[in-house]
Amino acid sequence: MKRLLLALSLTLSAAALAPAPVRAGATDSDEERAARWTEIKKSIFGDRTVEASETAVKIDAPARALDASLVPIGLTLADKDQVKGLYFIIDDNPSPYAARFSFGPAADPGEIKLRVRVNNYTNVHAVVETKDGRLLESAKFVKASGGCSAPMGMSDEEAMKGMGEMRMKFSGDPQGGKPVEATLMVRHPNFSGMQMNQVTRDYTPARYVDKLDVTYGDKLVFHLEGDISIASNPVINFAFVPEGKGPVTVAATDNQGGRWEHRFDVPSASN
Amino acid sequence: MTGARATRRQALFGGLCLCCLPTLGRAADAFSLDEVAPGVFVRRGPDAEATAENNDAIANIGFIVGRDGVLVTESGGSLADGHWLRAEIAKRTSKPIKYVLLTHVHPDHVFGAGAFQGDAPTFVGHAALRGALDARGDFYRQRLVEILGAERTGPVVYPTLEVKEPAEIDLGDRTIRLTAHGTAHTNCDLSMLDTGSGLLFPADLLFVGRIPSLDGSLLGWLREIERLKGMGAAAAVPGHGPVRVEFAPAIADLARYLTVLRDETRAAVAAGRPIEAAVRTVAQGEKDRWSLFETYHGRNVTQAYQELEWE
Repeated sequence: MKRLLLALSLTLSAAALAPAPVRAGATDSDEERAARWTEIKKSIFGDRTVEASETAVKIDAPARALDASLVPIGLTLADKDQVKGLYFIIDDNPSPYAARFSFGPAADPGEIKLRVRVNNYTNVHAVVETKDGRLLESAKFVKASGGCSAPMGMSDEEAMKGMGEMRMKFSGDPQGGKPVEATLMVRHPNFSGMQMNQVTRDYTPARYVDKLDVTYGDKLVFHLEGDISIASNPVINFAFVPEGKGPVTVAATDNQGGRWEHRFDVPSASN
Repeated sequence: MTGARATRRQALFGGLCLCCLPTLGRAADAFSLDEVAPGVFVRRGPDAEATAENNDAIANIGFIVGRDGVLVTESGGSLADGHWLRAEIAKRTSKPIKYVLLTHVHPDHVFGAGAFQGDAPTFVGHAALRGALDARGDFYRQRLVEILGAERTGPVVYPTLEVKEPAEIDLGDRTIRLTAHGTAHTNCDLSMLDTGSGLLFPADLLFVGRIPSLDGSLLGWLREIERLKGMGAAAAVPGHGPVRVEFAPAIADLARYLTVLRDETRAAVAAGRPIEAAVRTVAQGEKDRWSLFETYHGRNVTQAYQELEWE
């Protein structure tokens, strides 16, 4: 282990993120990586047991990221009726705890997709929390570098344009209570706090979507807690069960007090 | 271990260098300059990644000798590469180096500039280059230092002449026409036309043979291609590829790639195909037409997808 994890929580401050020297990466041994994960687990789950299970949750991620600031992640959950929550952790990111999903009664948590930043060669972990309180983990190794500190390629002002705008695409047959797949797109720079402002030459403060609720009618689909490891302009794929009346409502906040809410009508059945 | 280091470097540049590739390191002193038109000298950069062996000398760099002085068309990918070019210029002319072009923010095109600071030339760049260097210069420099060491990497040099509207540089017997482009390959692409030779220097708005890297705007690049075509040049010096090409077929190849990338990415978005599937399927018909396709194409699709999914 190179350093204790200080900036682990989902509500860390920008100060904790000041550009740190590379502390882990391509050269770490398996033992170092395992020790790191043990430490992270303890800080998130305390003394609870986390069981290894390659089948409970399968991680789809590129072995080598094409773009470290946008790494697509797919999480497939085997026993979806038993799922209560889902954690996603990027061990060697400056803030490893990337996302936590808590599913509600309208969820169909068989598959979740999201896009993340990866700052280093790292293990990523998904942990499923079951309704009976078990924690089941699986891991995958991803090669990427610089995803959190990489400049956005545009001015901060431009990156903030349309902040809070949302779109949702639906697929699948919305009839008969069958699950509907949905893609939620949110305009938000999700500044990591490690990117330099072009004008002031200071680091742009972290500004990221920290909470997001998706509901169908009055039923919760999922509640998401996010962090700086979520890529800019977050895109999340999920599924829900359209029982009762819609619409789908998305309410999001960011750590700087931004708050947005949008409603989407689920298209009616085509046959 | 060697392989692992190379791939790590590749990943370090990862999102941003875009002009780097494993292996194929050639020693800088193996390079030579071609006189592609009277008074116009260009060194071909190999289709390679920045390595400790090649000094990041991977772009086409060179100079134009005018009656009143020398204009450096591209400075090089490192201080060491710039020193090499500086020495080659001195072998051919004693005229003063009056202008050094910084064609865009990518490291293989700007880190040679430090070698010319002693000549006190005018460093010419797009009006958006300063901001781009502010945002990325240190990031690029740190990663290049990891490969070459600080001494061979050199400083981040800022433009002293910022071009926004079309501008001209008079070298006495030839005029250089400068165009600051809208966001295309990057957000700060500067091209030039040498009236002496009729040669167009589109810099990285034109890749030949080597897969283009998209780091600005796909739709913008297609627009700027039309603008380049309107300049009426018959021949060009691309940013990567042969030192001199016929312009029309070369730009047609690039436009074809970008058009297929646009159309197939749009189709993927419309079909609800996710980004990780799109990177495997979009524009695969272009695979055998470009070197380094496997290394950079997927990233281009990622960039294109992000741009087009909000249409």
